[in-house]
Amino acid sequence: MSNRVELRFSGVGGQGAILAGAILAEAAVYFDGKYALQSPTYTAQVRGGATKVDVIISSDPIIFPQTSEINFYLAFAQRAYDRFYGGNNPGNRFFRDMTEDAIVLVDSDLVTNFNDPPHRVIKLPILQLALKELGRTVFSNVLALGIVTGITKVVSDEAIVNAVKRRAPRGTEEMNLKALNIGFNFAKKYMEQKSIDPVTV
Amino acid sequence: MSKRMELYSGNELVAEAAIAAGCRFFGGYPITPSSEIAERMSKFLPQVGGRFIQMEDEIASMGAIIGASLAGEKSMTATSGPGFSLKQENLGFAMIAEVPCVIVNVMRGGPSTGLPTAPSQSDVMQARWGTHGDHPVIALAPSYMREIFDETVRAFNLAEKYRMPVILLLDEVIAHLHEGVALPESDEIEIVNRKKPTVSREEYEPYADTKDHVPPMANFFEGYRYHVTGLSHNPKGLPSTDFEVVHAIQVRRQKKITEHLDDILKWEERSMEDAEIAIIAYGSIGRSATDAVEHLRAEGVKIGLFRPLTLWPFPEKRVAEIARQVKRIFVPEMNLGQLVLEVERMAKGDAEVIGINQVGGVMIRPREIVSRVKEVA
Repeated sequence: MSNRVELRFSGVGGQGAILAGAILAEAAVYFDGKYALQSPTYTAQVRGGATKVDVIISSDPIIFPQTSEINFYLAFAQRAYDRFYGGNNPGNRFFRDMTEDAIVLVDSDLVTNFNDPPHRVIKLPILQLALKELGRTVFSNVLALGIVTGITKVVSDEAIVNAVKRRAPRGTEEMNLKALNIGFNFAKKYMEQKSIDPVTV
Repeated sequence: MSKRMELYSGNELVAEAAIAAGCRFFGGYPITPSSEIAERMSKFLPQVGGRFIQMEDEIASMGAIIGASLAGEKSMTATSGPGFSLKQENLGFAMIAEVPCVIVNVMRGGPSTGLPTAPSQSDVMQARWGTHGDHPVIALAPSYMREIFDETVRAFNLAEKYRMPVILLLDEVIAHLHEGVALPESDEIEIVNRKKPTVSREEYEPYADTKDHVPPMANFFEGYRYHVTGLSHNPKGLPSTDFEVVHAIQVRRQKKITEHLDDILKWEERSMEDAEIAIIAYGSIGRSATDAVEHLRAEGVKIGLFRPLTLWPFPEKRVAEIARQVKRIFVPEMNLGQLVLEVERMAKGDAEVIGINQVGGVMIRPREIVSRVKEVA
C-alpha cells in the first residue's frame, strides 16, 4: 500500500518520542489535510520505561488502525530498540511488522547492539548533536522529526514547521525551529549521499 | 471532505459527543482505559453548566447518574470491566425503574482486574446478561472515530426515547487511538429528549402502558409525585406482587425493544451481495475484518462483511438471512467466543460458523483473519 506510510518512534519516558509522534500526526491532519492517526503506549503505566508511538499517515481513510508494515523506525534507547524494533527479535512476536527496506534511525550513543540488524540503518548521535548545537538535549525529538520528515517526506516541510510551532511552549519556538532545520539539513545530506527515494504519501 | 479534520482519541470523542447530545451530568470513578472520558468531562461539563462528580466508587457512580437522570439531566458514567461488574446491581435498578442513562464500558482484558491497558471484547455477554433478571438491553459498539461520536449521541437518544440505560461498548484500541476525524456541525446532530407527561398530576402513571410501550417520564421537582423502586411495581410505581401486573410490566419493558427493532438496530454491510463467505465483526476488530475482506476480495474470494453497530438487541433476522446465503461465517472477536454464540443460534446450522479468538490483549490483525479464511476454504 504505497499511499499508507507507517512510522514508529520509541525511547524511554521523558525523551519526547511520543510527543514527536503526536506532532507528526498533527502536521499531517491539520496542515496537509491527510488522514492520520497516532497510537502511543499508555504512558501512565510505563513512566521511565520503554515507550513508543505508532503513526500512520495515508491519503485514504485508514481502515486497520495498527501498524503492520513499518516504513520508518526511530529509537532513542537500547531498551526501546530491543522491545519495539519489529524485526525478528526473539520475544517480539507481536511487533514483527517492519518492511524489508524500512529505514531505521537510532541515536548511535544509546543504541549500540543490533539484534537482527536492519537493512538500512542511520546511526547518529542525536542527543549529543542537540546538546552541541542547541545547548539542550530536550530538542532532540524535534531534531529527529526534521530528519524523519526530511528523509521520508511523509508530510510537507511547511506542515511539520507549523505543527512544531503549534506545540512549542512560548519562548522556545525559535530553538525548536532551529532543531528542525538541523534535522532537515542532515536529511538532505543523507539523501544526496544515499540517493534514497522519499516515501511520500 | 466538507469539514476539516481534527485529532481526537476515542475517549475524548465520547466526552465531546456526550456534551453535544445534551449530557449535563457525569458521575464516575477513574479506571483505565476509560479515564480520559472522566478527565475531559470534568473539564468541559462545568463550562456548559453541567456537573461532574468523582464519586467514592463505581457503585455510587452508577447510583449518582440514576439520581441525576430522575432529576431531569441526561447523565453518563464511564468505566471498564472491573467497574462494569460493580455497576451491575444499580444497572438492574435503572432497568426496572426505567431511568435513561448512558454507561460507557471501555473493555479491557478480564476477568477481575485483568489487563488494565490492553484491549478486549470480553464484556459483550456481560452487557447482555450482567445484571440478574429478564431485562431489555441496548448495547452499541462503534469501530471508527466518527462512529464513536455518532453512536455516543445515539446512545443518549435511545436512552431518552426508550427510557432505559444504554451501554456503549468501546475497547482499548479505539479508546486510546488518536485519529483525524471530521465531526458534524451542531445543527446536524439529531437530539431526542424524553417524553413528558401531558396528564394532570393526579392522573400520572409513570409505568403505565402506552402505544409505544414507553410511558412518559416526569422529572423530579416538576410536581409529579411518584414512587421509584427496584421492586416489581404497578403502573403507579408502587410495589406489587400481583401476577398479572408484574407479568404485564415485564412484557411491556421487553416490547420497548422488540417492537422498535428497525429503529434500534444498525449495521454496516460490505460486499455481501454475492458473498459465499461472511465475516461478522464489531468494534476495533470490525476494522481488521474490513481490511481482511478488501484483501480477500482483491484475490477473488467471494467474501462479505456484516458489522453490527447495535450488538444488543442482536440483529437476529439479518444474521439468519446471511446464514442462508453463505456457506460459512467467521466471527473474529477479542474473547474466547461470545457474539459467535448468537451467530450460531441464528445460523441454525444453515452455515458453518467459525470463531477466530484471541485474548492476549493484542488486536486480531487482518492477516490473521485472511489466513484463517484461506485455511478453511
